[in-house]
Amino acid sequence: MKQVEVTLNVNGKDTTLTIPPRMTLVDCLRDELRLTGTHVGCEHGICGACSVFLDDEPIRSCLMFAVQAAGHRITTVEGLLNEDGSLSDLQDSFWECHAMQCGYCTPGMLVASESLLAENPDPSEDDIREAISGNLCRCTGYQQIVEAVQMTAKRRREGAANG
Amino acid sequence: MKAAAFDYVRASSVDEICRLLADAGDEERKIIAGGQTLVPLMAMRMARPDMLIDINEVAELAGINDHGDHVSFGAGTRQRAIERSDIVSDRLPLVAKAVRNVGHQQTRNRGTIGGSIVHGDPSAELPMAALALEATMILRAVSGETEMPIDGFFEAAMVTNIEPEQLLTEIRIPVWQDARIGTGFHETSSRQGDFAIVAAAAQVALAEDGKVTRAAISVGGAAPSPVKLHGLEAALIGKSADGFQDIIALVDEEIDAETDVHATAEYRRRVTRKLVSRAIDDAIAEAGK
Repeated sequence: MKQVEVTLNVNGKDTTLTIPPRMTLVDCLRDELRLTGTHVGCEHGICGACSVFLDDEPIRSCLMFAVQAAGHRITTVEGLLNEDGSLSDLQDSFWECHAMQCGYCTPGMLVASESLLAENPDPSEDDIREAISGNLCRCTGYQQIVEAVQMTAKRRREGAANG
Repeated sequence: MKAAAFDYVRASSVDEICRLLADAGDEERKIIAGGQTLVPLMAMRMARPDMLIDINEVAELAGINDHGDHVSFGAGTRQRAIERSDIVSDRLPLVAKAVRNVGHQQTRNRGTIGGSIVHGDPSAELPMAALALEATMILRAVSGETEMPIDGFFEAAMVTNIEPEQLLTEIRIPVWQDARIGTGFHETSSRQGDFAIVAAAAQVALAEDGKVTRAAISVGGAAPSPVKLHGLEAALIGKSADGFQDIIALVDEEIDAETDVHATAEYRRRVTRKLVSRAIDDAIAEAGK
């Protein structure tokens, strides 16, 4: 099997790996870097479970080969945690609103929602549904996920107003 | 589903890409840009290239520029950049409407206009808009540069008239100079962002009296390739907002609708007529404002 050496910057940390070019970014994150928070679902760009940030934009990590990510910054769901390792406000809202049952879609939902909130601090329900439209959830009917994003947006706006 | 093994080259210039394509010999060498069509094809083993030439880091292949009578798009321009572009919303409102229906934020962040066109997915929105507006494509090879009209480029589902040694570098989409222009875009899909079962795009120019002087209409998803409705475009000249319903049936003659797992041919024909009608309605109303 052909192998190449690449250095990946994931969650602020550089790691040099020897991998085959055909390895997708999601497999590399999970199997080589043991960052198993990112889930691998359909492997052809439908389900959104593998969403990660590439240079601050959400992408599907099953539709990118790891070798292509060299020279870019990757942030996974683990990278959304607060610096002390506690859950971020968005992750906390997912907990509080029970925005998951099986949890399979959750990392992708968090990445898609965080991207929306970074761009739009006061999203409408339609904005939220559009932002997570590329992420399939088979448990929740999406309602609690929408509520969790709304809760986070409200708390951030209040925090900004008070702070 | 994992892609078969391949060699990977990260290209740094158009010349390097053309040389790599020209030197392929017996190998199949494929360009990878956003990968949003190619990687699924590779995962399903419907594509099995020996080498992938990554063009994502080639700066000269990305960018949107206003040239007055047309807007040029580097083939590697991301769909997200098109969605956010003021040039596109000001100068090519039909493209702006089309791109909102392309996939999801995660796929638009990677997917490119060039990749969307060269793959020839019949349901893709950007090729439809480019076809309606009669875009010109710039293709490069070691032997030189070729200009090709987009009408005729789409052969069949996922088959286009690009040679293995050619690289699509640029897409030029004409900007109409008419005073009163309107656009409409309608799509039916299972869910927001899913592949279009049928999509229709229309752009019209109106005279002072509200009659159509120029029309560009295309349909995607209904047939194995996007289709420009030349017959309907011609028949629409001289019509006004309430006077075109009797010619909508012309659509049936230009669309060879197909049955698949998502919809029957008859359903596609009916939806096509309806969506084309709505797109023209919107376009005339917008131009009349």
